[in-house]
Amino acid sequence: MNNNSFASFFQFSNVNWPKMWEATWETIWMTVVSMILVAILGLILGLILFETRKRTSIWARIINWIVAALVNVFRSIPFIILIVLLLPATQAMVGTIIGPRAALPSLIISAAPFYARLVQIAFDDLDHGVIEAAKAMGATNWQIVTKVLIPESKPALVSGLTVTAISLIGYTAMAGAIGAGGLGNLAYLDGFQANNNAITMMATIIIVIIVFVFQFIGDYTVKRIDKR
Amino acid sequence: MIEFKDVSKTYQAKEGPVKAITDVNLTIPDGKIYGIVGYSGAGKSTLIRMLNGLETPTTGKVTVNGQNVSELSGQRLREERLQIGMIFQHFDLLWSRTVLENVEFPLEIAKKGNKKERQKKAEELVKLVGLQGRENAYPSELSGGQKQRVGIARALANDPKILLSDEATSALDPQTTDEVLELLLDINHRLGITIVVITHEMHVIRKICDHVAVLDAGRIVEEGPVLDVFKHPQQAITKRFVNQETSTGSAQDTKTVVQQLLASHPDGVIVKLTFHGDQAKLPIVSEMLRQFPEVDMSIIEGNIHQTTEGSIGSLYIQLEAEQGQQKQIQGALDYLNTMRVETEVINSEQQ
Repeated sequence: MNNNSFASFFQFSNVNWPKMWEATWETIWMTVVSMILVAILGLILGLILFETRKRTSIWARIINWIVAALVNVFRSIPFIILIVLLLPATQAMVGTIIGPRAALPSLIISAAPFYARLVQIAFDDLDHGVIEAAKAMGATNWQIVTKVLIPESKPALVSGLTVTAISLIGYTAMAGAIGAGGLGNLAYLDGFQANNNAITMMATIIIVIIVFVFQFIGDYTVKRIDKR
Repeated sequence: MIEFKDVSKTYQAKEGPVKAITDVNLTIPDGKIYGIVGYSGAGKSTLIRMLNGLETPTTGKVTVNGQNVSELSGQRLREERLQIGMIFQHFDLLWSRTVLENVEFPLEIAKKGNKKERQKKAEELVKLVGLQGRENAYPSELSGGQKQRVGIARALANDPKILLSDEATSALDPQTTDEVLELLLDINHRLGITIVVITHEMHVIRKICDHVAVLDAGRIVEEGPVLDVFKHPQQAITKRFVNQETSTGSAQDTKTVVQQLLASHPDGVIVKLTFHGDQAKLPIVSEMLRQFPEVDMSIIEGNIHQTTEGSIGSLYIQLEAEQGQQKQIQGALDYLNTMRVETEVINSEQQ
């Protein structure tokens, strides 16, 4: 198998399929679980950014400053470094630094700030008149959030989440390289280090398919809910 | 009743304080349609937004239904807002909801009834504004006029006592504007609801309003029943607004013709006649000619307009008489005055 020819990438008989499916499942699991948590956390952070930005009270300004600073800092740390930085925290939170579960904290912490910015942009893009109309009707702030902001920006929230999910898939591969499991891990250990090119190739193909599926689901959902 | 008492509003802009509203005193009686007309930037939007607390006055008091709105906040303010419907220039509907769901929206906010009751109420309102059959359409599938109808249905959902209209027809074409105005008039008659209209179009005032106030640079410069203001505009700005509506778009042409006639017939007299109410329908001018057969008349321009309180017409004529019969002209004008037709002799200085 010590073979680097072009053909070696396509000798799929060298692929250990049960292992491949297990890795695929791990990648999907990491992506979906982190995506759900990123959606929740990003929505909350984005909402805080949006709500505190235009207020003049000192508390709103302080909260906005803190959240914006956190978001910007975590967004600018390269993912691979973030994983390493978070190793002690991961150990404390999850109890291990190996496996898909251990990848979650760094996946979430890197993607949530990104999504929070997209959420804030989605809210900013809403027509201010609609919010004023709701206020004129006597809506509470919470009613405005649940009945105006979120429903009216749903297409932007979903397409933002699609973009985030796809970069999460990329992150899971990177996390895999340092022991989180999944297709990235398999491609690195069994493919690259064991010089089994077919496994690297197959892992790549599956990741591409996963990305396509996510993109398709996202696009389809946006098309269905966008009534503008 | 709505009352503005010594209301002023000053904004703190970067360049310094900007006075948007200055010493406004207004009383709007219940059940009437009250128009506030002014050019953009005059402070109309600021003024109307004080009625539902979207803006607060810097000094003075705004009283609605006996409540000082500017003092309310939190829950009390929200409850008061349920009593005040509002429609907007750009409709401001929720695009993610159907027509019916948009009308249900204020009911959800007020937490009134269950889903079924809200739906029933919304269906009635959709019918009231003439949109039955479009209940399940989304706003993007509606025309501008239909969207504003949804806006009106939505504003009426919580049975408000007051309806605020913020340039509600300014984004609509003339035909649709008239349809929406008819609807507002109909709602005012049927539900007895007070409507406060702000607009920059005198057309809107003439079509539906009982009273009008003219706002210029944050001050009310003129106020009164619509017919009076149309008949005797006092301020220059009011005259401009009235002219914008009563002249048939040919004011400039009339001026030119009058100018030419004054030059070519120095002995002739050019008169602007103003008729109102029933006089507009009587043959007063032909009667005048019969009584003063020495007088020759030529018509320059004329028009007639309908307001909620009656019609108002104007007629530009030139009167001439043979040498030595000039007294006849004065007699003709006196006759017109006794018939309560207003006469205004136009001479070259006025041009």
